[in-house]
Amino acid sequence: MRDNIKIVGVLTIVCLVCALFLSLAESMAREKINYNESKAVKKAIFDIVDECKDVKEVSIKGTKIYKLFDGKNSLIGYGFLATGEGYQGKIKIMAVTDKDFNKLLGIEIISSQETPGLGAKINEGFFKNQFRSLNIKVPIEYTKSEVKKDNQIKAITGATISSKSVVNILNKAIDELKPLLIK
Amino acid sequence: MNNFIKGLWKEHPVLRQLLGMCPTLAVTTTALNGLSMGCAVIFVLFFSSLVVSLIKRIVPHQVRIAVYTVIIATFVTIVDIFFKAQFPKISEQLGPYVPLIIVNCIILGRCEAFASRYSVKDSLFDALGMGIGFTWGLFILGTVREVLGSRTFLGIEILPSSFNPLVVMVLPSGAFLVLGFMIAAMNKIEERSK
Repeated sequence: MRDNIKIVGVLTIVCLVCALFLSLAESMAREKINYNESKAVKKAIFDIVDECKDVKEVSIKGTKIYKLFDGKNSLIGYGFLATGEGYQGKIKIMAVTDKDFNKLLGIEIISSQETPGLGAKINEGFFKNQFRSLNIKVPIEYTKSEVKKDNQIKAITGATISSKSVVNILNKAIDELKPLLIK
Repeated sequence: MNNFIKGLWKEHPVLRQLLGMCPTLAVTTTALNGLSMGCAVIFVLFFSSLVVSLIKRIVPHQVRIAVYTVIIATFVTIVDIFFKAQFPKISEQLGPYVPLIIVNCIILGRCEAFASRYSVKDSLFDALGMGIGFTWGLFILGTVREVLGSRTFLGIEILPSSFNPLVVMVLPSGAFLVLGFMIAAMNKIEERSK
């Protein structure tokens, strides 16, 4: 009986002390992490579209959409976050389309848990740049050989599933947004 | 002092004991990834050993593993939060492998086999030795794979573009190949010195 009380007591105390330290660390870092994330979203948009000078956040039927404006304050496109399953976990993508929703202006990967050195390459320029001016009037496709059509991208060697996931996530998000933005 | 030295060579956690294979094989596609993973492990190993060694007398034998796991998980989560706040880029690269340090057998192994039996001072030397041993192993492995697989070292291009990168080095099989050669070299050197 005495032993049991000691076991429960020690475990409880250890867990309490650990929880205390964790919440301390979390509360110290939370602001910085949130700041990093919101900075990543805005920076992603500015990175994709050079001429974008201002970003406004709007909500259409519960979906968050970013409106992009150029220096003369005229609308140049829409940005949106798309999330879905990748090879190892969620992939979060910021995508920007032109104002008529005909083509992508580009994408940035906000967060992903793909294999370092393989799937994580979806975050590198050679892959992301393929989405610039990609036709989205029809669903995006991926190919393992040469790109032949204006709605195709080339998958990364050794990371076909990650490449495919990016394409699927974008197609799904575009499908959902199209009716909201084009009347 | 011997407690410190042994982790660097004689009882090297990766190349002699073959522990901690998951992060060793998975994150070493670049030298920087190997190095950051190593630093995270040094931090967790050092503080877990410290705490385990300090409380070794009051932890009941039956629940020691549970207690160690909670302590290790706490330090790992702190490292994870720290990376997210300060080095979002590295955190992105290492992905799930930072939280996975919790189940890294080197750390639980050292806590159970060493820190829970020896003095605080000995445990800290042991943790540092093992941690640095782990780190240099990952760093060399990462360097070989990065140089041959991507022509770069720490992100800087060092091989001419006429060199065709060996894609296999970036793939998981490359990790096994290089690790095999490293272990073979280690065994050869040990044999010679006998």
